[in-house]
Amino acid sequence: MTKLNSKVPTGVPLKDKWIHHKDKIDLVNPANKRNIDVIVIGTGLAGGSASATLAELGYNVKAFAYQDSPRRAHSIAAQGGINAAKNYQGDGDSSYRLFYDTVKGGDYRSREANVYRLAEVSANIIDQCVAQGVPFARDYGGLLDNRSFGGVLVSRTFYAKGQTGQQLLLGAYSAMNRQIARGKIEMHNRHEMLDVVLVDGKARGIIARNLVTGEIERHSAHAVVIASGGYGNVYFLSTNAMGSNATAAWKAHKKGAYFANPCFTQIHPTCIPRSGDYQSKLTLMSESLRNDGRIWVPKKMEDVHAIREKRLKPTEIAEEDRDYYLERRYPAFGNLVPRDVASRAAKERCDAGYGVNKTGEAVYLDFQSAIVRYGKEQANIHGIHNPSHAKIVELGKKIVEEKYGNLFQMYEKIVDDNPYETPMMIYPATHYTMGGLWVDYNLMTTVEGLYAIGEANFSDHGANRLGASALMQGLADGYFVLPYTIGDYLSDDIRTGEISTQTREFEEAEKAVRDRIDFFLNNDGAHSVDYYHKKLGKIMWDKVGMARNAKGLDEAMKEIKELREDFWKNVKVPGDGHEMNPELEKAGRVADFLELGELFARDAYERKESCGGHFREEYVTEDGEAKRDDVNFAYVSAWEFTGQPSEAVLHKEQLEFKDIELKTRSYK
Amino acid sequence: MSRFYSSSVGRKVFMALSGFFLLFFLLQHFLINFLSVFNKQAFNDASDFMGTNPFVQYALQPVLFFGIIYHLIMGMYLDAKNKGARSVKYAKNNAAANASWMSRNMIITGVMILLFICLHMVDFFFPTIKAHYITHEHLDSYEMVVAKFANPVYVLIYVVAFVFLALHLLHGFQSAFQSVGFNNRKYTPAIKKLGNIYAIAVPVGYMFIAVFHYINSL
Amino acid sequence: MNLTLKIWRQKNSQAEGQMVEYKVTDISEHMSFLEMMDVLNEQLVNKGEEPVAFDHDCREGICGMCSMFINGEAHGPDRGVTTCQLHMRMFNDGDTIYIEPFRAKAFPVIKDLVVDRTAFERIQQAGGYISVNTSGNTQDANATLISKEDADLSMDAATCIGCGACVATCKNASAMLFVGAKVSQYALLPQGQIEASERVQNMVKQMDEEGFGNCTNTGACEVECPKGISLENIARMNRELIKASV
Repeated sequence: MTKLNSKVPTGVPLKDKWIHHKDKIDLVNPANKRNIDVIVIGTGLAGGSASATLAELGYNVKAFAYQDSPRRAHSIAAQGGINAAKNYQGDGDSSYRLFYDTVKGGDYRSREANVYRLAEVSANIIDQCVAQGVPFARDYGGLLDNRSFGGVLVSRTFYAKGQTGQQLLLGAYSAMNRQIARGKIEMHNRHEMLDVVLVDGKARGIIARNLVTGEIERHSAHAVVIASGGYGNVYFLSTNAMGSNATAAWKAHKKGAYFANPCFTQIHPTCIPRSGDYQSKLTLMSESLRNDGRIWVPKKMEDVHAIREKRLKPTEIAEEDRDYYLERRYPAFGNLVPRDVASRAAKERCDAGYGVNKTGEAVYLDFQSAIVRYGKEQANIHGIHNPSHAKIVELGKKIVEEKYGNLFQMYEKIVDDNPYETPMMIYPATHYTMGGLWVDYNLMTTVEGLYAIGEANFSDHGANRLGASALMQGLADGYFVLPYTIGDYLSDDIRTGEISTQTREFEEAEKAVRDRIDFFLNNDGAHSVDYYHKKLGKIMWDKVGMARNAKGLDEAMKEIKELREDFWKNVKVPGDGHEMNPELEKAGRVADFLELGELFARDAYERKESCGGHFREEYVTEDGEAKRDDVNFAYVSAWEFTGQPSEAVLHKEQLEFKDIELKTRSYK
Repeated sequence: MSRFYSSSVGRKVFMALSGFFLLFFLLQHFLINFLSVFNKQAFNDASDFMGTNPFVQYALQPVLFFGIIYHLIMGMYLDAKNKGARSVKYAKNNAAANASWMSRNMIITGVMILLFICLHMVDFFFPTIKAHYITHEHLDSYEMVVAKFANPVYVLIYVVAFVFLALHLLHGFQSAFQSVGFNNRKYTPAIKKLGNIYAIAVPVGYMFIAVFHYINSL
Repeated sequence: MNLTLKIWRQKNSQAEGQMVEYKVTDISEHMSFLEMMDVLNEQLVNKGEEPVAFDHDCREGICGMCSMFINGEAHGPDRGVTTCQLHMRMFNDGDTIYIEPFRAKAFPVIKDLVVDRTAFERIQQAGGYISVNTSGNTQDANATLISKEDADLSMDAATCIGCGACVATCKNASAMLFVGAKVSQYALLPQGQIEASERVQNMVKQMDEEGFGNCTNTGACEVECPKGISLENIARMNRELIKASV
């Protein structure tokens, strides 16, 4: 238990902790930084910003990405925006308020001091990004514009059209390019980290595979930073990129880094539903749509059948035969309840048999009333008296198009249905993982010299992440937190000199990697990697998905174990190892997911409460809402690997809430 | 500046500048030719002026030659270089889906125009130069024009050549503006329209002159 | 629907490649093009053959990784989409579909449909950034006013996903739309002015060294660009270079 020292500064008030900490920690002098190497795995917002900043400070950075360019990391897909407590709108925002919203939104399962620091540095991110040339949206006066997002009472979200993640990543990427050109970052595109190498208990390097030539390479450094994102692809279908994987984090876990809160996963309520078994991924429709869309399913079962058989169109169902279930259940917040609540409610209706597509897993998101409401407003503005219904609809559509045009177009391209005429069909999908490698206040894992930042760590979002906070955390960690805190550790390494890769530790790690690759290529199996990945995804979704119970979780653990054993007997990987081989890449990733999935289920089993994205059917209030247990479960579960996921040892970091009062979230 | 000139962008800017000069030349040449439709004397006077004025002869004419040769050689050089930028061709390329025939075949229309210019030099330019500087006899330009266009084969060649010129200009006119960096939401649509008018009206005008003299000769 | 696919197969960058014919059956019109490729690959793996290598990642049209030349067009016959957003309803039962890698001397084939686009990386490293340290000690984000029009135009240029469709489409394999977009994003913002002249000169120089062709203003890139990047950006780059040089 001694290993879980959060290192949160003590003896100073919450708001002074970070300043105080920065003043006290050790620094490395500029001349010595030149002799220190840092490896960064992943080049999304966290990894990209960390690489650029560490290189600017003078460290020699070796950055790794499995894509062909740092710019393609999946941070690029974030749509809505980035939060920052700038209070430009003068609506009473502050660091404290952002901190409060984040802790509350996370259902009181995050670490107070980390979240406060996040809120504190958030404003700096915007200054930094503007200086880098990120073209945030502006108003006609030339000032930065803001929008509001779910779960908060202020407008603090900065955005660049529906492509905020892209623009922020390109900003970090441009900062990286500057350092690559200076030779301070050695960029390894199309490389995948396959193991971390520990020397004397410290992370001193990695084994990576060149995905073009198949070469297995050794890279050494004085510290290793994991910024490889989340593990949402354990579900097979998610909004993550196809290549998003947990291998780097999982290898770190197997080498001694504790894995925290794996069961905290965010299921995003508004995604385009699955259309068939061939489906490879799910596409998110921005949360902003719920500002104007009303979610419903038919009230009568015969209507549901008629719709599925295409005998009836949704527009033909009378108003009184529709069940606007969010408005019915949560009159105060209606369609704007937080993500976890909206997702569960959709699942509840579909499980009851009211799903409106052929798979039975879809609900309607209807813009008709918004179109009419905007249309009437426009008619008034334009002084049109007694407008016809057609005129109102025409005017209303124009406004809806201005607001959501690109999303509607994206929907139409995918589904081939016009959302201006018929309601959209949506269903929840895995989107983000709040859990990840356990880190202390310095973002160091339980392995010395091994750091985890961005979605790869666990620290800031608790059991549920608020919209527009992932970008904020990635950049905060990479630009403003890690570059300082890593110095505290590296200051002991100024006399170490270059780490040799010609040591027993590197040799052993490389051999293990080679053995595993050889196994895959030589195994005379019967099933493709995807066959196993899809099976794993199904178990995860059915039993460790939006609603979980002890029986299902118990079954899931067993089934995943069996599936894993079958995988190691029967997986088939064609091609060879000395060239590009996408099947081989997938095999390694799925092998790790098959272990992570079991630990995930186990964590969900052990956490006998409902909170945020983790909903246990046994722990509900009388009216079916999540019931948190602060007395017994206000802790971070940090799992230590001991050989098998089923034998992982649970360590608990008790969470303390000194500056915030624990309350039950209610959206009624 | 030499760095600019040797850059891809620099070269295309100079292609455009020589193109602008040729556009101007084409227009003034047309206006003089057009005089032959109404007034023999005016045409001959204008032709004599162009043929004897020292500024035209020793300043504008060399510039014109340089412009044509530059436009030509640079065009061929860039085309060869551009072809080299894709060593393996596509098995299937649906180029018509995204760009006009004219824009994709400037080299073809250009070479056809070049061939015509050669013919034109042999027919008109060299005799004029010879008369002015070697034999020192007075040429009646009008009669020369009328004689040439009495031949229907010549008229046909002439017309075909100007079809190629029209095709070349349909892309070239607006392309030159784009190359020198003039692309503006407000004015570009107007430039494109003007380009299309120029690209059709001027060649059609030239064709008209040839056909007019042919019909007159019948 | 049932389809015949003619796909470029090439074992590695050194090997000779060729078009190989495959058949796929029972393709749903709701599949994305890449899901159709998944079906083919699953079929090949089950037969013990090597699947077709192709680049893809986000599958929602933003990462810029996917890069196929389908039936003679970059990202296929639909407009404003990447290959991963292209759906099979754009094709008919019985069609023959040609699938080739993006072709340019500056984009050598790595394997099958995967090409090496690091030329784009080097162009950006040559100057596609603003030289500001990430210390956070910059001025307040609202200290400099930027007109909405310029901010929006800059954003339009910045939406480029770096997929290379412009190069693949251009008859000259020119990269000017890509470079023009990058130059424009910074040229339109006050933050980018200080280094504007160095930036455009260095980026154009690197572009030329990479072996891309020259722009002849055919406009094909603009039509095929999945993000609708405008030709105005090339004109702006030309202007910037003229300004920087005279």
